[in-house]
Amino acid sequence: MTTATKTIPFNTYRAEKTALLEKMNIVIIGHVDHGKSTLVGRLLADTDSLPQGKLAEVKARCERNARPFEYAFLLDALKDEQAQGITIDSARCFFRSSRREYILIDAPGHVEFLKNMISGAARAEAAVLVIDAKEGIQENSRRHGYLLGMLGIRQAAVCVNKLDLVNYSRQTFEAIRDEFSAFLRQTGIEPRFFIPISARDGHNIAGRLDKTDWYKGPTVLEALDCFEKEPAAVDKPLRFPVQDIYKFTEQGDDRRIAAGRIETGSVTTGDDVVFLPSGKRARIASIEAFNAPRAESAGAGRSTGVTLDRQLYIQPGEVMCRAGQETAQVATHLRVNLFWLGREPMIFNKRYLLKLGTAKVPVWLRRIHTVLDASELTTEKNRSHIERHDVAECVLETLKPVAFDLSSAIAQTGRFVIIDQYRICGGGIILEGQRESQTLVAEHVAQRERNWRRSRITPALRAARLGQKSTLVVVTGPADQSGENLARHLEETLFNDGRQVYYLGINNSLLGIDSDLSRSGLRDEFLRRLGEVSHLFTDAGLILITTVSDLDPYELKLIKTLNSPGDCLVVRIGAQTDAEIDADLRLPADLPASEGAKDVAKYLAQQHYLPEYYL
Amino acid sequence: MSQLDALESQSVYILREAYRSFKQLVMLWSIGKDSTVLLWLARKAFFGHVPIPLLHIDTHYKIPEMIAYRDRFAREWNLTMLVGRNAEALQAGQTFPSGRCNRLQCCAALKSEALKHTLSGEWPRWILNHRTGTYEVQPQPEAFTGVIVGARADEEGSRSKERYFSPRDKHSEWDIAEQPPELWNQFNTDFAPGTHVRIHPLLDWTELNIWEYIERENIPIIDLYFDQGQGTRYRSLGCAPCTGPVVSSARTVAEIIEELKSGKFANIAERSGRQQDAEDGGGLETLRRDGYM
Repeated sequence: MTTATKTIPFNTYRAEKTALLEKMNIVIIGHVDHGKSTLVGRLLADTDSLPQGKLAEVKARCERNARPFEYAFLLDALKDEQAQGITIDSARCFFRSSRREYILIDAPGHVEFLKNMISGAARAEAAVLVIDAKEGIQENSRRHGYLLGMLGIRQAAVCVNKLDLVNYSRQTFEAIRDEFSAFLRQTGIEPRFFIPISARDGHNIAGRLDKTDWYKGPTVLEALDCFEKEPAAVDKPLRFPVQDIYKFTEQGDDRRIAAGRIETGSVTTGDDVVFLPSGKRARIASIEAFNAPRAESAGAGRSTGVTLDRQLYIQPGEVMCRAGQETAQVATHLRVNLFWLGREPMIFNKRYLLKLGTAKVPVWLRRIHTVLDASELTTEKNRSHIERHDVAECVLETLKPVAFDLSSAIAQTGRFVIIDQYRICGGGIILEGQRESQTLVAEHVAQRERNWRRSRITPALRAARLGQKSTLVVVTGPADQSGENLARHLEETLFNDGRQVYYLGINNSLLGIDSDLSRSGLRDEFLRRLGEVSHLFTDAGLILITTVSDLDPYELKLIKTLNSPGDCLVVRIGAQTDAEIDADLRLPADLPASEGAKDVAKYLAQQHYLPEYYL
Repeated sequence: MSQLDALESQSVYILREAYRSFKQLVMLWSIGKDSTVLLWLARKAFFGHVPIPLLHIDTHYKIPEMIAYRDRFAREWNLTMLVGRNAEALQAGQTFPSGRCNRLQCCAALKSEALKHTLSGEWPRWILNHRTGTYEVQPQPEAFTGVIVGARADEEGSRSKERYFSPRDKHSEWDIAEQPPELWNQFNTDFAPGTHVRIHPLLDWTELNIWEYIERENIPIIDLYFDQGQGTRYRSLGCAPCTGPVVSSARTVAEIIEELKSGKFANIAERSGRQQDAEDGGGLETLRRDGYM
């Protein structure tokens, strides 16, 4: 052997020589013990898809342990699974028919592992649902069937298994077929095939035994090959959730690239695009790729990157749409259908995180319309929380508007997950964006004001005594020292003028009331507390000065609402980089802090916060 | 889109999610074909750059060509190249080749332990100085919270149960029954303090897909995978004492693809040349629960 590696010219791209087979993900679902793993094991064995010696090895292991061999042992790879004889987590198995390659996802049927079944099924393009002929339709047959629709799986085949246990009875098969068809019809799913099988005997899996001559339909293998691959959604409007913005300047690369995957539609150089929810517009300057032929356009399914014709401050999480096409919707209130998998129930007044497309925003449960038992399709109203394994139609409210689609129109941007305590605990689909009725924060403030206990000292009495009208002064600007400098000077200026004023530095609040918050993670919670604290100061008649870098309009609205009925003045330093906020006073970035402080004081006097103020 | 395009797109998406979500992110590079494809996919994801440091766990028993290959491409592709090892076990000779422990114990010490402590920053890491071409001890190594790994689901049983983003607890352990769900393209990118997340962008790739992609992209792969005239080649790379070559005269990527598609390896498991698997009844599960790649 030589030590040098082969020298091959780099950065050359070869066209694929042969048209590669397509690949399809299929999930196998159904109630526990109805024979899903056995079906998959049999399918692999009967199509010669197992590695050489695997069958013999598993048979030998069974003999050593004095256990009867089961095809499921080929799949249940984990020690716990073999010990307990159940599937705990979804396994991927690879096999190939004459038509295409498959990844079979063998999902667990035990309700305890529903989260694992859902993880498996969410990756699939079609489903095979297995029902035990002897036991008939069980709780998880129905639950899994119902969830298929929510997970976006439209193609399904139902296998009535263990027909050998009922003497291959046509009557049993047809009774189950009729009952289950009726159930699935309520969920909007129409299975393409009902197949009578015996996975153990290998009947109607890859081949047929002479057992059910009354059945003329396909075997499981043939049914899989009948499923159609859903074409990439090139014909729909463009949806390009921005995953990240790259600029590798240090490597001598000046391109500023918005990276992401085209979920639907296509994008071409020269297209006019709009980013939502910000509403910013630009034109596509180029489509970027590494080690690929230069392309002028890219279509659905591609992870790609674009550069724009102008410098835009866009954030990861925005959705790029094409101007002139139907664009995504934008709202803070979403009516959704949600399934919950968390150990703790989903409750009101708790901050969760919503991940939708590439956006990740704080979210609250606002209303529960109905809760469904997916195993029975019975609904309950007036519930105060959503339990594990419940399916709920409910309303979520996000802190900031999100861009989305109805799941019925564009599935990729119409579904989401909920994170609780670092983990995905639920998921769902969007049914409707709702006109904002009243925000959670506004409702909270209204209730707070109704219940606030006061003495006979009114704001007017306080203002008269202190010789000033109270207000919050928020200084915002770039994330540097300029805001803090201005705020400190302003405090001194007003204090020396005899005013009751206090400067609340960001670092100070992190030392105390916010010491439980990490600096980066919970900006919205930090702002919420800042709003509540401001309310105390303004209610007490003081002028409170604080700084928040790069405040956006929604964050400002949050602070203003929480501080109300107190007043709030916004001072903006420097040019706007992010979405426009409504500033009361704008100061140039190069203005010395002492000058800026005078300008703010003068403005306060003009607005009658500081009676008898003389410069 | 072809199958390879679809696989590439998904892996790139996962790599970008990882890069966006984890400040302390690292990618394991074993020099083998899978993690080299992974490295190539990173160049795809980041438009020719690799903004993620690469980590190689050097067991000291790696086939020497692997080290030469590693350093060559670390330089050519301007990689932030880190190396970690279990210096203590190597010094004490607690290894299988020196006869003081069995294969599994050796794997646990030189790979799992070395990886665990190198990731956490407790043990030293060596970083390639591109100016001098030598490795230096990295000052103040921080704990990595995201670790990108080239595992494929078709390799063996326990890997077929992995998530794309798989949380590991404080002891690097994999609690299989408690894996959180993973839906559509939403992954578990949040993590509790002290824990980390393993990221698997190649889960859906088969061995054949890997070779087909190497051919399409013309990725430079280490010579050990090709027959150099002795009629043998490596199908899977590991430590010299525990990895045997297979009998094969495939000299090119195209010949390897042919062999896998319809030839002699169409039905033989890839890791059949790895001796340590045979010692554990649960395949690699025991090692993997404890942090093995």
